[in-house]
Amino acid sequence: MKWLSKLAASRLAPVYVPVLILAVWQLLGQLGYISTRTLPTPLAVAEAGVALVRSGDIFLYIWDSTRRAFIGLFIGGGIGFALGLLNGMSAGANRLLDSTLQMIRNVPHLALIPLVIIWFGIDETAKIFLVALGVFFPIYINTLHGIRSIDPGLVEMSKVYGLKGFSLYWEVILPGAVSSILVGLRYALGFMWLTLIVAETISADSGIGYMAMNAREFMRIDIVVFAILLYALLGKLSDSAAKWLESRLLQWNPNYAKQ
Amino acid sequence: MSLTIRRGARLQVRGASKKFGDKEVLQGVELDIPAGQFVAIVGRSGCGKSTLLRLIAGLEEPTEGDLSLDSSEIAGIREDTRMLFQDARLLPWKRALANVQVGVKSRDADEALKALEQVGLADRAGEWPGVLSGGQRQRVALARALASSPRLLLLDEPLGALDALTRIDMQQLIEQLWEDQRFTAVLVTHDVSEAVALADRVVLIENGRIALDVNIALDRPRERDSGFAHYEKLILDRILERDDSSSTTKRKVSYSI
Repeated sequence: MKWLSKLAASRLAPVYVPVLILAVWQLLGQLGYISTRTLPTPLAVAEAGVALVRSGDIFLYIWDSTRRAFIGLFIGGGIGFALGLLNGMSAGANRLLDSTLQMIRNVPHLALIPLVIIWFGIDETAKIFLVALGVFFPIYINTLHGIRSIDPGLVEMSKVYGLKGFSLYWEVILPGAVSSILVGLRYALGFMWLTLIVAETISADSGIGYMAMNAREFMRIDIVVFAILLYALLGKLSDSAAKWLESRLLQWNPNYAKQ
Repeated sequence: MSLTIRRGARLQVRGASKKFGDKEVLQGVELDIPAGQFVAIVGRSGCGKSTLLRLIAGLEEPTEGDLSLDSSEIAGIREDTRMLFQDARLLPWKRALANVQVGVKSRDADEALKALEQVGLADRAGEWPGVLSGGQRQRVALARALASSPRLLLLDEPLGALDALTRIDMQQLIEQLWEDQRFTAVLVTHDVSEAVALADRVVLIENGRIALDVNIALDRPRERDSGFAHYEKLILDRILERDDSSSTTKRKVSYSI
């Protein structure tokens, strides 16, 4: 068992298992235990990826998907943030709006797809609408929660020291809510890609989802698998970006401070 | 000298009462604090001493009566009044210096640094409050309160959460800064010995009324000698008498102090 603990202590420890899985997968595929019609070997997927990169189409697809995702995030997240702020600061607005929003939240937004197709057709608007709806609630709820949970002692202190209006908001309320808002953003990024994948799979004429559905028609499973990996990569990238933002904006918080 | 004496403000409380719903927390409090005096308000928890301080700070309005500072009525928060809270209430997302800048009207960094120097923390200006000790945080808060040279400083049990040694340091620091700057100071505390150590005058509040008002005629810096013990006992006996009519318990408690 000594070699095992040595292995676990090594710097490359997290890499071993994935490498092993890939190797076994490759081997089983090459030896014919897994039909290439079920699952192509990792090398075949990599080859497909290289070919796509060579032709340059892939960048266009990634760009189209990413643009949709972030326009949706910007619209939905922006509205969620603004409403969270409004309801967090004004009890009246909260009484008026919050229960309605909570009711809408309980509708699974992907269930709206048939309706959305009727409303917007199958072009960009439909996908952006779905993404915006998907990211709205995590950002709204966490902004509201962040503002609600600000230490009232700090707000009182700020008043004694003459902070009001914009500077109260900018120096006290917003920084106090940031950690919660960022949690919302990380959830929202997850919802953003999830919604986009579903929306693009149903109907698209560009983007990663379009690439995957197109490849399926020609039984190019290697490209389908490659598209799935791309989504995973983009999701991971945006999560890392959010983490980086956390470490930047929350330096003051001992829980987030870099060691 | 005339300039420094002018710094403090005279605080007058005339027949101030405060009701929260049916509960009368303060009943007709009369208090006249001359400019530059250091007054300690003591009492059991819930006696109304913190409410009185909040009235003086302009955070609450009296139900009846009025309060004034140098003959201008206290109606809301004032720029010449600053408050030190029990939990330092620093903004955790601002570094120590930036927190002091909150107390400087022009947000001038040099002025804030000067205030930090006064409390001996100029070398920690770039630290986040999260990494400072409780005593250091309270000193940053004190620098923030004094950075704008207030004429009235309100202290709401500012040392309650500190350990015994840090408390003594802080008491000396507060006394020294008060002697230098001659602002009027009102300290709310439940620690009678702290009140006697710092204040010119101790006011005891009981059930929303002033029950005792004594001048502490001891030289500064104060030694914990027999004179000190006399005042401490005088005030403590008065506080404890109300609740324990049996003389044996009273004696036991006063011996233990």
